[in-house]
Amino acid sequence: MALQSLDITRRSASPTASPQARKTIEIAKLIDVSTCIGCKACQVACSEWNDIREEVGHNIGVYDNPTDLSADAWTVMRFAEEESNGKLEWLIRKDGCMHCADPGCLKACPSPGAIIQYSNGIVDFHQENCIGCGYCVSGCPFNVPRISQKDNKAYKCTLCSDRVAVGQEPACVKTCPTGAIQFGSKEDMKVVAEQRVSDLKTRGYDNAGLYDPQGVGGTHVMYVLHHADKPEQYSGLPKDPQISPTVQLWKGWLKPLATIGIAAAGLFGFFHYITVGPNRADDEDDSQAAANVGRKEKEEDKA
Amino acid sequence: MKPQLIQRYSAPERINHWVVAVCFILLALSGLAFFYPAFFWLTGVFGTPQLARIIHPFVGVLMFVAFARQFFRYWHHNLLTRDDIQWMKSVKTVMQGHEVGDTGKYNGGQKGMFWMMCACMLVLLASGVIAWRPYFAIHLPIPLIRVALLAHACAAIALIASIIVHVYAAFWVKGTIRAMVEGVVTHAWAKKHHPRWYREVTGKQK
Repeated sequence: MALQSLDITRRSASPTASPQARKTIEIAKLIDVSTCIGCKACQVACSEWNDIREEVGHNIGVYDNPTDLSADAWTVMRFAEEESNGKLEWLIRKDGCMHCADPGCLKACPSPGAIIQYSNGIVDFHQENCIGCGYCVSGCPFNVPRISQKDNKAYKCTLCSDRVAVGQEPACVKTCPTGAIQFGSKEDMKVVAEQRVSDLKTRGYDNAGLYDPQGVGGTHVMYVLHHADKPEQYSGLPKDPQISPTVQLWKGWLKPLATIGIAAAGLFGFFHYITVGPNRADDEDDSQAAANVGRKEKEEDKA
Repeated sequence: MKPQLIQRYSAPERINHWVVAVCFILLALSGLAFFYPAFFWLTGVFGTPQLARIIHPFVGVLMFVAFARQFFRYWHHNLLTRDDIQWMKSVKTVMQGHEVGDTGKYNGGQKGMFWMMCACMLVLLASGVIAWRPYFAIHLPIPLIRVALLAHACAAIALIASIIVHVYAAFWVKGTIRAMVEGVVTHAWAKKHHPRWYREVTGKQK
């Protein structure tokens, strides 16, 4: 959603730099998976604050409902039953946009200003500039953006940029009854996470750790995981997410190559023409040639 | 038509060609707009950026269908022969304005261009359909769409560069554009650039 009250550091499809003078602190949302009880209050708060209502779905045998992110569900709880850790564990993860420091969606977006990154780290979609091409869906390493079937615009979690802009925490943080979701400066959140991780380690979770994947430059939504060595167990959280090499190639290398190729074709033609000159069927130009053809034909026949 | 002139393309063939050409120009401009941020304003060829996203694929399908009609018109004229290989090897001589070999309706370069266009059109259609929102992409896996987007851009760039060469060749060889606008060429043109075709259409042995 459009918000001019936050400083923008990066805009999609904008080759020149955004204003950089004002420096604000980086913020982060920290989701402590180990203290989440899966109550879905965050889902409800998100829906309430953002005025989005996903259709009431069906029970598919697990707690997941809605079963997936959508244009009307910007965060969903994912419930995984994991037995590989020597016991049955119920791993619950609040899924949604990770607000990457190096956002694949922004990199892929062809529309100027449809995706913007604020200096505090929030990555936001400006739907009024969205053209509905779905490039952001291809760019995202976390499979987060969703194109609305109603208006063909891309939607995802805004990290409540409207609330953050006026000094409030995101709605999901505000509502979380166990304090599993916390919000503050990224620096502070790392300290909080460190405390939680060392606590988890004393409780037998040797592989507990902070999920702040460096492949995307770090994220502004971070997880404390009891099994940080196996993030895939949390409903497919990628172990080493990065912008797909295919997208990197498409949005990176291919552009200069294309410029060279297209320019070469054009320049070749230009210089060929001014050096070699036109290729005429005979010395006279074609209109004269056409008129003379009859006469020439006769001459040729005689010969 | 003057009797001295030789018919090279019939009216339906010319209409067919220009349908493809106009589609191509619209697609290339809007496609470059999606590819280069600095050229995003070129989405204006379809009115607004959103409209460009909506219309581009439909025009693409029209171009493919129209091109397919051309394919069935011309493929048998474009089978490569030993003469064509000779032509391609002697391309430097050709570039100096000298003809090489006993060229039929199309020379080696034109045939190469024909097959290049066919390949690009196929890749563009297949990848374009895969990436087409909201109709098809929504049902397909994201890694496949990523590959399709890359392939679509690569094929489009190859086609744009090829078309620049195609247009330049028509402009360079005087009398060629007339063949696709008025449908006719002069005897001199035919004799010089396509001697074997000239003998075929005129029935002359010389």
